[in-house]
Amino acid sequence: MSERQIQLEVLRYDPETDSEPRFQSYAVPCKNEWVVLDALNYVKENLDTTLSYRWSCHMAVCGSCGMMINGEPKLSCKAFIREYSDKIRVEPLANFPIERDLVTVVEDFIAKLTRVKPYLIPKEDKPISAGEFKQTPAELMKYKQYTLCINCMLCYAACPEYALVPDFIGPAAIALAHRYNQDSRDGGRDQRQEVIATDEGVWECSFVGACSEVCPKHVDPAGALQQVKVASTIDWYKEHLMPWVKK
Amino acid sequence: MSNKPYVREVSKTTWFLNPQQPRYKRYMAREVTCIFIGAYTFLLIVALKRLAEGPDAFQGFLNALHSPLGVLFNLAALVAAVYHSTSWFNVTPQAMPIQRGEEFVPGNIIVGAHYAVWAVVSLIILILGI
Repeated sequence: MSERQIQLEVLRYDPETDSEPRFQSYAVPCKNEWVVLDALNYVKENLDTTLSYRWSCHMAVCGSCGMMINGEPKLSCKAFIREYSDKIRVEPLANFPIERDLVTVVEDFIAKLTRVKPYLIPKEDKPISAGEFKQTPAELMKYKQYTLCINCMLCYAACPEYALVPDFIGPAAIALAHRYNQDSRDGGRDQRQEVIATDEGVWECSFVGACSEVCPKHVDPAGALQQVKVASTIDWYKEHLMPWVKK
Repeated sequence: MSNKPYVREVSKTTWFLNPQQPRYKRYMAREVTCIFIGAYTFLLIVALKRLAEGPDAFQGFLNALHSPLGVLFNLAALVAAVYHSTSWFNVTPQAMPIQRGEEFVPGNIIVGAHYAVWAVVSLIILILGI
């Protein structure tokens, strides 16, 4: 089993003692199959128990371990050490306040996610005895890609619009709104449009496309946002030029 | 949440120079090219105005276009317009996906269709111009 010594430079911040973050370097003997999260776990278990970071599944499903690795938003469980040089710099996700070390404050994202109502709002109430809502494979394909979002927030860390305009609802939340709008069983689009078809919604996006480039699950939030823009523009023309046409 | 979260400031004027994010510079390049598109549109409006003022005025406008500065601007505008157009064509599959049954039409067909329409329109303008 091959081993390689790397320098892990971690941005540390203790709100009780530090006025600003500082880098701390650890020498970590890494195995070939390790990811950055393994190196952090090594530090926590062997070198420095005070290091704080979030993680859970270690398999790119839970979305907890997102961080900046050499300046790029990555899931640390998916970032293989062997793909990096001997010095790796790890920082908390950009564009979020730092709670402690690599742990960020994510309340803003959670609040935005809640606002877009990311759940099925059925077109009409149906008693359970009436049976399930049926959907064809083609109807499923229309939105399936967006269901893969794991709320890891890498897209927010990559988005310069979110960095400059914190009110921007942002990539993942709008992509999830789009996921439900595209669902044949859903009837909640009008409610979601009030949140996402606004200045702080899709119209804040200038299609940098960074969100889709960093997405570990290939959700393509940038695509979702542009599709919401197209649909909202069609809505506007229908409303103003053809008011007799129902949406 | 702790009562002292640390906020990292992002520069409002130099954010795109972040050396770790070259994609921001590519984005700014795409956005900056629109200045040339706008300037060329303005040039066409000036051409119309000169045309309305009579043959002498229009000839003066054409002479100005043939000056080294006029040629240089046209070349720069062409390069900018090609970069602007291709960078947008290449992202059309994201904005306008086409679903056929359970499959999506491959992105390169959507991009290719844009190039094809561009070529046809350019050809028509070329033929009309000759």
